[in-house]
Amino acid sequence: MKLLTLNFLTCARKACKTSAASFPLHPREAELEQVELDMNPQFIRNVLPRVEWEAMRSISQELGLPSLPDTAPGPEELADAEGGPTQILKDLHTLLMETTIASGKLLCANCGHEYAIKEGIANFLLPSHLV
Amino acid sequence: MSRPEDSLPPDLFYNDVESRKYTTSSRIRNIQADMTHRALELLDLQEPSFILDVGCGSGLSGEILSSVEEEDGGPHMWALERDVEGDMLLADIGQGVAFRPGTFDAAISISAIQWLCNAETSDVSPEGRLKRFFDSLYASLKRGGKAVCQFYPKNAQQRSMITNAAIKAGFGAGILEDDPETKSVKVYLVLSVGGGDVTGAVSGMQDVDVYDSRRKERKRGKEFEKKGSKAWIMRKKGQMEAKGKVVKPSSKYTGRKRKTAF
Repeated sequence: MKLLTLNFLTCARKACKTSAASFPLHPREAELEQVELDMNPQFIRNVLPRVEWEAMRSISQELGLPSLPDTAPGPEELADAEGGPTQILKDLHTLLMETTIASGKLLCANCGHEYAIKEGIANFLLPSHLV
Repeated sequence: MSRPEDSLPPDLFYNDVESRKYTTSSRIRNIQADMTHRALELLDLQEPSFILDVGCGSGLSGEILSSVEEEDGGPHMWALERDVEGDMLLADIGQGVAFRPGTFDAAISISAIQWLCNAETSDVSPEGRLKRFFDSLYASLKRGGKAVCQFYPKNAQQRSMITNAAIKAGFGAGILEDDPETKSVKVYLVLSVGGGDVTGAVSGMQDVDVYDSRRKERKRGKEFEKKGSKAWIMRKKGQMEAKGKVVKPSSKYTGRKRKTAF
């Protein structure tokens, strides 16, 4: 599961819908894996405004990755003078798209439910009493 | 041949044998690929987008898309052998899709949502599942986002049940039928966030007839018998008389246009 995805997932339980603590889900016992992916600068430019930067920083900290700057990079920092990708863009790509959680758990801070991740796929199936 | 949904729930129906068909059978793969391309044509994406693929199964549609999130409820259908760029999630869409509001640019679903019309346990109804799915899908799309769901309705009742659930969630909805009236008819539910006119999705396409049922209904309601008009008055008088009430006799002056006093 890419870190980008983690920035958008919330707890699936109905009870957690109204709580702010149900996002972001917190990774526990996470095993990270770097997966190589072709960079798509336009996609990153498109998605970046929607990324919750504070959540990204706290997840990054929880996973023990290098700390991120206080604010998200603006669109002007993503392309250099010739229109090529900047180092910032490449770093964003590595962080959001290439860093993945291969296995571990995702914890909801609101209800305490843990979602398991196996082989990179997260299991969001809820038993009927928890829905 | 009986429909898959009538035999077993999806996580049991799609066992190794059935799932293999989606990976190896060239006929199935071609049909699924055609439908994915048609759905993409309807979505008309302008730039690399963040897409949710609902009921992605073995990732057939995912191979055609890139930069996607995918959801599926059957472990055997996981795209473990396919080279899919997006992230896979195992979930029951009848419980809703758990994303932040405004996450996705668009959503696509091929041959999946008819399964929502089946409720395996007694504590959820198809209407409940459809409601949770469409409500959460609506929230997870950005303003101006679109969704295209190709599905196989069992009958007209199922078709309108699904469409109405989407409309109640706030979507502007329309149905596109490819090869209508034939055995291989394909039904696409085209949705837009914001409940506006959806016919714009096919404005550039050839061989598409647009049936707009909304306008016809409105006309029948108001313009044929406006409240307060002579026809309406005559009808009301007839009703009251039939009920047994005292009604003044009608004449050529009944409901005549009066000169406005003020």
